[in-house]
Amino acid sequence: MADHANAGPGMPQLDVTTFSNQIFWLVVTMVVLYFIMSRMALPRIAAVLADRRGTITSDIALAEELKQKAQSAEDAYNQALAEARAEAGRIVEAAKAEMQVELDVQIEKADAEIAARSAESERRIREIRDSALEMVSDVSKDATKDILERFDAKADARSVNAAVAARLKGGA
Amino acid sequence: MADENGGLVIKPMDQFEVKALFGGDVSWYTPTNVTLWMALTVLAATALMVYGARGRALVPNRAQSAAEMTYGFIYKMVEDVSGKDAVRFFPYIFTLFMFVLFANLLGLIPFAFTTTSHIAVTAVLALTVFLTVTALGFILHGTKFLKLFWVDSAPLALRPVLALIEIISYFVRPVSHSIRLAGAMMAGHAVAKVFAGFAAALGAAFFLPILAVTALYALELLVAVIQAYVFTILTCVYLKDALHPAH
Repeated sequence: MADHANAGPGMPQLDVTTFSNQIFWLVVTMVVLYFIMSRMALPRIAAVLADRRGTITSDIALAEELKQKAQSAEDAYNQALAEARAEAGRIVEAAKAEMQVELDVQIEKADAEIAARSAESERRIREIRDSALEMVSDVSKDATKDILERFDAKADARSVNAAVAARLKGGA
Repeated sequence: MADENGGLVIKPMDQFEVKALFGGDVSWYTPTNVTLWMALTVLAATALMVYGARGRALVPNRAQSAAEMTYGFIYKMVEDVSGKDAVRFFPYIFTLFMFVLFANLLGLIPFAFTTTSHIAVTAVLALTVFLTVTALGFILHGTKFLKLFWVDSAPLALRPVLALIEIISYFVRPVSHSIRLAGAMMAGHAVAKVFAGFAAALGAAFFLPILAVTALYALELLVAVIQAYVFTILTCVYLKDALHPAH
């Protein structure tokens, strides 16, 4: 209060006698603050910020890399699965083909056997038929001779045989 | 606040008086309240930017985060307003911002002395910026720096008139730069003191001025930060003119 009374009324801001004091301490303050900021505070904070940016960047890169790895692992798995499926398909196909071959062989064998048996049967049927025909002709000849003898018709055996054979052939 | 005669005497300007800390006259080297509060300003700024950020952690704690945000805020301002080549002036601009910000904020402590409310202080700060920027303009661009005042895009006849206006506005810069800050600080503190004086004088209705002081205090907090911001961004704008004088 006493100082104020001495300075008189008005603004202390306009009291030029204190200017040199204020300016002197301001300059000291600014120089000190500038050195503290520019030499200590700012480089440290800049380093921390750069460090953090670097860490974030490398972490993102790492995450990207891991993602790629996971992707490639999945691709490899899918490929292995597809290969296994294809392999299984091939095996099934091969087994089928093998079975078909076996089946063909068996069928062929069976066909051959059937053919052989039916040929044998046919042969035997023919034999039986031939012998039957022969018997028929013999019986016919004998019967004819007998009939002719009953009627006392004279007939030589050769002509009767020929006639019967002709008649059988024509009737057949 | 009432004087011996019982009348209401509020002395809102007393808080701005420069006083020697240990008594005696104020000469240029005397430790005064200016010295004390400027030292506290340095201490506060150092506490935030050095002590607060001491952890240097990858994941910052609150203080480190605040220091980093302040750093980032001013860095981005310098970069955006003045251009990328202005970042070499970043430490100085940052120092300015820290000084003004903490001087303003510390001044809001009751019974504190606000160093930035003095025109002598703000004028030196503004003049330093003005002289640095002007010298820088001439050093970097030589006489081409004068093109700042010669508006090529205007009609030829208008250019001398515009140049005169530009020159006047250029030289008014340090004045407005410094008076804006000192004025805002001084006015707010003086008004707060007046309201506080009313509270003492009004008796039973004391709460009204106290409410007003509370509201004013919140406003002053805002003003303290905004004025620091304004002072800094204007510095950036002036710096931009020196670095890139073309309009």
